[in-house]
Amino acid sequence: MAEVRVENVSRSFGAHKALDDVSIAFPDGGFYALLGPSGSGKTTLLRQIAGFDFPDSGRIVIDGKGVERVPVEKRRIGMVFQNYALFPNMSVTDNVAFGLSVRGVSRAEIAGEVQRALDLVQLGGLGERRPHQLSGGQRQRVALARAIVIRPQVLLLDEPLSALDKALRVDMQVELKRIQREVGITTIFVTHDQEEALTMSDRIGILREGRLVQEGSPEEIYDHPVSEFAATFLGDANILRGEATETGIRLGDGTEIATRLNSMVRMTGKVSCAVRPERITILPASAAASTTGNRLAGRVSKRIFAGDSSTYFVERDGQTIKVLVQNAGQIPFDEGQDIVLTWSPESTVLIRT
Amino acid sequence: MTSAQAARKGIRPALPLLAPAYLWLTVAIFLPLSAMAFFSFMTDLPMAGREWSLTLKNYAAFFSTSLYLTLLWSSLRLGLEVTAWCLVIGFPAAYVLAKVLKGRAREAIFLLVILPFWSNGLVRIFSWAMVLREGGILDTALNAVLPFTVSIDLMYSYPAVIIGLVHSYVPYMVLTCYLTLQAIDDSLIEAARSLGASRRQVLRRLILPLAMPGIVAGAVLIFVPVVGSFMEPRILGGRTGTFYGTVIEDQFVAVFNWPLGAALSFILLAVVLLILAASAPILRRAQQ
Repeated sequence: MAEVRVENVSRSFGAHKALDDVSIAFPDGGFYALLGPSGSGKTTLLRQIAGFDFPDSGRIVIDGKGVERVPVEKRRIGMVFQNYALFPNMSVTDNVAFGLSVRGVSRAEIAGEVQRALDLVQLGGLGERRPHQLSGGQRQRVALARAIVIRPQVLLLDEPLSALDKALRVDMQVELKRIQREVGITTIFVTHDQEEALTMSDRIGILREGRLVQEGSPEEIYDHPVSEFAATFLGDANILRGEATETGIRLGDGTEIATRLNSMVRMTGKVSCAVRPERITILPASAAASTTGNRLAGRVSKRIFAGDSSTYFVERDGQTIKVLVQNAGQIPFDEGQDIVLTWSPESTVLIRT
Repeated sequence: MTSAQAARKGIRPALPLLAPAYLWLTVAIFLPLSAMAFFSFMTDLPMAGREWSLTLKNYAAFFSTSLYLTLLWSSLRLGLEVTAWCLVIGFPAAYVLAKVLKGRAREAIFLLVILPFWSNGLVRIFSWAMVLREGGILDTALNAVLPFTVSIDLMYSYPAVIIGLVHSYVPYMVLTCYLTLQAIDDSLIEAARSLGASRRQVLRRLILPLAMPGIVAGAVLIFVPVVGSFMEPRILGGRTGTFYGTVIEDQFVAVFNWPLGAALSFILLAVVLLILAASAPILRRAQQ
């Protein structure tokens, strides 16, 4: 258990800046997701923390000690790889025992620790199996047991769920979170899957082109994105562009949109605002004009029914606005119907363009 | 097509694909080999004007004098030594080729490893003779660098035979090890290191066991022909280069005693097969 800090870390491969002055504090015992598209530098950052690769500049601190020049085998980290990287020449037990036996731990002690780790991941009876005799989910558990049996200071997960199918992935998300809580280990999790990041972590850092774009709790990032990239990468968002005003933003056609009172410095000039599709309500065009909040008239161009919800695509002033409507038994709007969109200023986040 | 379907169809559809290879093997190997096996039980070659009958004395000859047994023993030792040197030299090279070098550099180094295959074996051996003989290229080069005069004169010695054989056979070890090493996922090595394994532990507990099929394949490919080799021992070993293989060659080429040569060959074949069979369980365990 330890706090991990990355301070002003940069790493270039030739002319390509994979990491550009990144600083993140990973809280002790927390579950932190590094989220970003491919090429954002999230895996590079994980490899610096693990010690497979060293930063060109900056510091990496684990439990108060600078380790940026310490190779991986001398750091106490546990790592779960995307393809699990189980040793094919060893049984499940020997795979899990590997980290202890290379440290010279006694046989009796190894047997007990391995059994406890396998029980923790609920694979107690499969010790004699070979990796190729296991299912994807079981391999994942072995990889996790192997990483935590050495009692690492930090657990690093490199897209560990991406090789599993959808149903199993949801199960493993719950399972992974349970084990992480039970062990109480500082965990850093690399993913490109926004849903995974939202459901599993207590803090998220969004990376883009080697830079940290935004970090915070899942709720903070989802509800208060600071950039168009953060807004659209994490979840779905409608982006409306215009000029900054006293209360919000004036769109190209003169419509005034009120936004949440921003704690940030008042913005001027060209700005955008983001509205989540599920925050917008659709009303018939004939609805009373007295509705408070923001109003935009439009026309339904398409509706996609998904059982529990419907997604409407609404055309207004040459822009398509997405609206997510929960299925509560209401009469659906027809394609081509004129409607009015309303939403509260609280649900409108002003962002820099 | 699932494997069950394939199994139901049986081997019949595969026959046209298998037949050419097996026909060729039958004609090119099985027939001459059976003829040889027949010769080994004859008193003399069945040629015009010669009397011949069936006998076991060719095999008895092997046991009647200790000479053949001694020579067989030194040939087996030669095989082991050459195989060991090929492993010591070839494995690290294969590792670097498979795991360190990338792209152009790998292609270039690979070409250098394969190069000996493209040159004639006899040419290679005589080139070594030029290098190793007294006052040859090796001596000249050393004397040009060193302040004092040396004369290595390795020609016509046991080390010369080893050098020539290792040179001829080391590419087999490099190639077979390269193939298995390349198949080892880099993330396995990274996983082992993340668990605290030193480089030596990674090599001993992960890379060597996983590369064992390649090492075994290379060792068999080298050991078997080296035990029966005669060209390198004769040219580079001179008087010291008398081995089991050269004695067999003498029976066919010089003494013209084909039946004895054939019997000695079959004894060698039997011994090699016995060694391979005996070492199979050990090697299988090593792979686990």
